[in-house]
Formats: sequence, C-alpha cells, structure tokens
Amino acid sequence: MSTQSASTRLSRELIGALVVFALFAGLPVLADAMGDTFVVFFTIRIMVFAIAAVSLSLILGYGAMVSFGHAAYLGLGAYSVAILAEHGIWDVTVSLPVTLAVCGLFALVTGAISLKTRGVYFIMITLAFGQMAYYTATSLSAYGGDDGLTMWGRTEILGSTALGDRTVFYYVVLGCLLTCYLLARMIVASRFGRVLQGAKQSEMRLRAIGIDPYAYRLVAYVIAGMMAGLAGALLANAAEFVSPAYMSWHRSGELIVMVVLGGLGSLLGAIVGAASFLVLEEVLSHFTEHWRLIFGPFLVLVVLFGRGGLISLLPGGRKNG
Amino acid sequence: MSATLFAVQTLNGLQLGILLFLIAAGLTLVFGVMDFINLAHGVQYMLGAYLAVAGYAITGTFWGAMLIALIGALVVGLLLEALIFRHLYDRDHLDQVLATFGVILFLNEAVKVIWGAAPLTLPMPDLLSGSIEIMDGLLYPVYRIALIVTGLAVAALLYVLVSKTRAGMLVRAGATNAPMVSALGVDIRRLFMLVFGFGTMLAGFAGILAAPILVVEPGMGDNLLILAFVVIVIGGIGSIRGAFLAALIVGLVDTLGRGFATDIAKLLLSPSAANDVGPAIASMLIYILMAGVLFFRPTGLFPVRGG
Repeated sequence: MSTQSASTRLSRELIGALVVFALFAGLPVLADAMGDTFVVFFTIRIMVFAIAAVSLSLILGYGAMVSFGHAAYLGLGAYSVAILAEHGIWDVTVSLPVTLAVCGLFALVTGAISLKTRGVYFIMITLAFGQMAYYTATSLSAYGGDDGLTMWGRTEILGSTALGDRTVFYYVVLGCLLTCYLLARMIVASRFGRVLQGAKQSEMRLRAIGIDPYAYRLVAYVIAGMMAGLAGALLANAAEFVSPAYMSWHRSGELIVMVVLGGLGSLLGAIVGAASFLVLEEVLSHFTEHWRLIFGPFLVLVVLFGRGGLISLLPGGRKNG
Repeated sequence: MSATLFAVQTLNGLQLGILLFLIAAGLTLVFGVMDFINLAHGVQYMLGAYLAVAGYAITGTFWGAMLIALIGALVVGLLLEALIFRHLYDRDHLDQVLATFGVILFLNEAVKVIWGAAPLTLPMPDLLSGSIEIMDGLLYPVYRIALIVTGLAVAALLYVLVSKTRAGMLVRAGATNAPMVSALGVDIRRLFMLVFGFGTMLAGFAGILAAPILVVEPGMGDNLLILAFVVIVIGGIGSIRGAFLAALIVGLVDTLGRGFATDIAKLLLSPSAANDVGPAIASMLIYILMAGVLFFRPTGLFPVRGG
C-alpha cells in the first residue's frame, strides 16, 4: 500500500470518526427536543457494544486473532461490578480497577494458553473458554445463577450518584467509547501495532528479523479483554442487571458479526458495524419476532457477496487489495 | 458415593460420550478433509431429532421415524452444501464461521416457527423400552444400553470404512494433504460431498438416538456442538480415533464431574462452600482438561497434519 493511499485512507477515517462522534454527541439534545427517551437508551446500548466491537476489532482485524469467546469479557466486567455492588461496594475507584484486573487476568491466563495454538484451534479454544465463563456464571447460585443478578442502582463516583442521570450516563459512555477508540488508534499506529499487523501478514518474516510475535499478541489480547470488560461494566450499569446470557456464545458470534459487518481492519468500522447490527436487530424484530429468519440468510449473503464491510461503502472507500 | 451410583454415572457418561462421538466424527472429518469449520453441524443434530418427531407423526413407529429422519437429514445437509458451504471451502476460517453462524440462526428459528418453541418428545420403540438389572440393585433402561451398543457399532463400522476401504483411504489422504490427492486425479469435490453427507447423517443419527431420552427443543444442538468442538480439539482435528477417545473422555469426565464434584469438594471445604464450588468446578472440568491438553500438545492427542 503506497503512502498516498494510506494517508487518504487515514483522512477519510478521520472525517468519518468526526461525523460519527458528532452524531453521538448531538443525539441526546435531539432526542430531548423530540421527547423520545427510548433513542437515548438504545444509543447507550449501541455505544457499549461499540466499545466491545472496537476491542475485538483490535485483535481480530489487526492481529488476525479470531476470538470466539469475546463475550466472556463483557460478562466478566458486568459481573465484577454487580458482585461488588451486591456486597455494598459501589464506588468506581474500587469497581473499575477490580473489573479491569479481573478481565486482564482472565485474558492473560486464557490468552497465554490459546495463543500457543493457531487458526481453527484458536477459534475453538477461545470459544471453549467463553463457555467456561458462561457455565461458571450459571452455577454461581449465590449471585442469581441462571436468573442473573439485579443491581439496585448504578456505580457511584466518589460517593456521587451522578450516573443515575440518563444524560450524564450517556456522556460518560460516550467518553469511554471515545477513549477506547483513540487508544486503539494509537496502538494500531504504534510500533507495537505494526508488529501485530506484521504478524498477521507473515509470521515467518517477522521471526526472520528477530521478533517473536507471541508476547505482542498476548499483550494485545489482554488489552482487548480489559476494554471489553469496561464495556461489560457499562452494560451492567445501563441495564442495572447482569445475567449469564451476556456471555453466551451467540453473543460472541454477534460481536464478530459487528466487526466484520463494519469492515475488518477499521476501528471506525467496528463502531459502525455495532450500530448497524443493533439497529437492524431492532428494526427487524419490529416486523417479526422471528427476525433471525431474515438475519441468518442476510449474514450468509454478506459473507458470500459483500467484501470489505460497510465502511468500504463510504465515498471513496473502495478497499484496495 | 456408592458403587451403584458410580456405575450408573459411568454408563451415563459413556452414553454422552457416544452421542458426542457421532457428532464429532462428522465434524472432524469435514474439517480434516476440507479444512472447513462448520458451526452448523450442531443444528444437523437438532434437525435429526425434529425430523424423527415429524416422521413418528407420519409413520407411527420409531423405526419409520428413524428412516425418514436419516433421509431428511441427508437431504438438508447436501442442500446446504450445494447452496452455501461449497462456496466457502476456499475462504478463510472467519468467513466460514460467520456464514455457518448465519445458518444456525436461521435453522434454530425455522424450527421454532415450524414446530413451536415448546419441548417435544419422541416415544421410544416398544422393543427397547423397560429396564434390565445389570448388577445387584441396579436397573438400567434397555434403550440407553442399546444407544451405547449402537454407538460402539457405528464407531467400529467407521473404523473399518476409514482404514480398510478405498474411499476411507482417500479420506485419510485428503486429511493429510488434500491438494496432493487432487493432483493425483481424484475428484476431490465428490469426495468432499461424500464425506459431508456422511458426517451430516451421523449428526442427524445422534439426534434421532437422543430424541427419546432428551427433550427435543430449538437450540438443542448448540451446547453439544461446543462439546463436540472440545472433543475434536482434544482428539486432534481430522482424527477419527482421536475423536472417539476424546468423546468418551469428555463424556465421562463431564458426567462423573457433575455427579461427584460436590462430594469431593466436601472433603476439602465446609458443606455450604462445597455446594457452591462443586457445580462450578464440575462445569469447568472439561474446559480445564482441554486447556491442559492443548498446553502440552497444541494440535491435540492424535494430530493428523504435521505442525
């Protein structure tokens, strides 16, 4: 890829990102004017899943690690917050570090094992670890087991219950999404990110110049896990409820769908993909409760005929190569 | 934990292992020969069960239901292969995962639309109903014993097919190096279809066998699919022998774990803590087993491909 096309692609993504985040930032004002509260709740959901999709895009799109257990981190993050709340610990100064530590540790241990494998073994082993987390959550009888656990409130910030306010919570989630997006962009652009992408293209060449990609992959995997954990913590706060369903393997599959639908190898694509997926789900389920009858074949068609994802549909966005 | 209970749990474990083997055999062959990861394999198991229920409604006998379901499962499998999967063989694994995930969503929902979301049952054949006493004070249903015996027979048949016949030789060769087999003049697409159809029928057969003892419901294939993945990863992808051993190991470990983990935990912990920890540990056991196997042997117990 020439520097010319790389720089036009960069500026296109920059303009796209400005548009997307401007839309997110302006939405509550618009919704308030129309008196529509559902849109705000729905967009919070979109932004939360966008964070998870960005984190998955980081390892899937740039590191070629097809993690089929990414929903486990959503669940782990959500459960960390909810279980602490169950024991009366509500403050973000405790719950956030704990959430990140739990998810980071789980990612470190499972990643260290999973990354020893390649290709389809990696897909299956991450799937299996995801299921392990899922079944563990269902057997936590002290914390609701199958039925899930209700949080009677939201995380507090130094004793303040400001997050209880819909608009404040909305902008906090937006801030988290922006932070994660920028962080991911920085990672991708850094030397670390280039090693990751190099390992995707040719591991052998990378080894030939003396770089062992294992550690790089593992660090990326841990970062992605922690980011998805943050999304989980926000999800628990948004719903004020957690359940093992957050970690079901269908959810992991949907996260992959979001990333691919938006466009592999584009962080903005992950955000667009998450939004499109959830909007599509919402719209289709208005027509029929059996929306999967439509969505399933749609997904097959996207894979068979649509290459490059939604992000390549942007003006001048034809993907080269 | 008495000896009787242990014996019952062991038989139940074998039974789960046999069902897993029937599903995993097709999965591992399809993957081994075609390098194709088929998530929709689990819905073939579900379809087998549903078609058997439908077949029973038409014929009124278990055997008629089995015949209809086997043919139905084969037809659906070949149809999916011709319409969708054939176009995915040359794609990367991510595309295969996504497209077959779409197929799962569709078929799970279609089953719900056609037969409803409520669980259904299939009556067992009169010939195999009732129980026999296998040891002192231990009554075990004949049907479940028949299931284990049938599964072992299928495993033996598969062994003969794969290791003694010409088609089996091609399958093994295909699993080791498909392009080479193709270069030697074998119609690899036809071989693919044969293997795929056969694998599909095996999964459907597992569904039929399971229908009288488990509930028939939408999504019933999903959990077994993941267990089958664990099986083929432990066994080594592409290896029938590995799939057989791993299926029995996973079936036994899972069933015995669920049966006795709480009792074992009580030896170390207080009873109330053991009641919490036991089930959690039990449900994690096979994944820990898998992680352990992969940590020491990243390509499973019986790797087919080098490296």
